[in-house]
Amino acid sequence: MKLREIAAILDATISCGAERLDNEVEMGYSSDLMSDVLTLDTDNLVLITGLVNLQAIRTAEMADIRAVVFVRNKKATEQMLELAQENGMCILESPYSLFKSSGLLFQAGLKPIY
Amino acid sequence: MKLTYNIQGGDFTHAGHPSSEVKKVLKQLGIEGKTIKNIVIALYEAEVNVVAHAWKGVVDVEIDENKITVLVNDEGPGIPDIDLAMQAGYSTASDKVREMGFGAGMGLPNIKKNTDELLIETEIGKGTKVKMVNYFS
Ligand SMILES: Nc1ncnc2c1ncn2[C@@H]1O[C@H](COP(=O)(O)OP(=O)(O)OP(=O)(O)O)[C@@H](O)[C@H]1O
Ligand SMILES: [Mg+2]
Repeated sequence: MKLREIAAILDATISCGAERLDNEVEMGYSSDLMSDVLTLDTDNLVLITGLVNLQAIRTAEMADIRAVVFVRNKKATEQMLELAQENGMCILESPYSLFKSSGLLFQAGLKPIY
Repeated sequence: MKLTYNIQGGDFTHAGHPSSEVKKVLKQLGIEGKTIKNIVIALYEAEVNVVAHAWKGVVDVEIDENKITVLVNDEGPGIPDIDLAMQAGYSTASDKVREMGFGAGMGLPNIKKNTDELLIETEIGKGTKVKMVNYFS
């Protein structure tokens, strides 16, 4: 699924990486627990999270995750966006809840990891 | 090649900086992506452990022809029972650490999974030394 489609489905604002919206991701993973995200072996995925802090971006960086969706209208800080930009990530901000965002993307065919 | 970084306990803002730098260096050296990911995830977990559980620490990285050796030495409370700490799910993390998205008790088992060699030495009330080695395939 293209990041562009994900943004449309989630009614999301693109706060970083607008030039990468044609990139494809195959899978999605929803978690607020970065310890958990760091155990994943997959990397071509979008992380959907309510944890809006620098460590969410750091975790994505180390895990080679290229796109992060922040839910419930939480805004990434300047510092987070800078780090995301440096690492070539796409950051989306959706008004929907973690549950609704995950459900919509699953319904649209984004694959789960487990 | 040798690299050294300092880590401050409690400083979640800078946690990940050493891992990030090491990642850049390994990329430049042309190391395979999967190997880089293993190394930086293990280092990042070890860094977060210092930030979350210890007072301060130093990261020493040595990159040779065929392997990378990463030492994360901290001054901190030490680990009373390493076997217990290695178990998935065991955590003494504070609420503050949990709010940052950590403290699931998965870090040490994940370091084990992502390294070829892991050695942990600890002294109660003094600190912990984590040695991680990964070979370049
Ligand atoms: N450097 C350290 N100094 C003191 N105690 C440590 C250190 N590293 C780990 N520990 C102890 O071992 C436990 C397990 O560590 P582990 O990394 O597996 O989990 P965690 O840090 O609690 O959570 P997570 O890594 O999932 O975010 C910790 O909760 C802590 O009690
Ligand atoms: Mg840990």
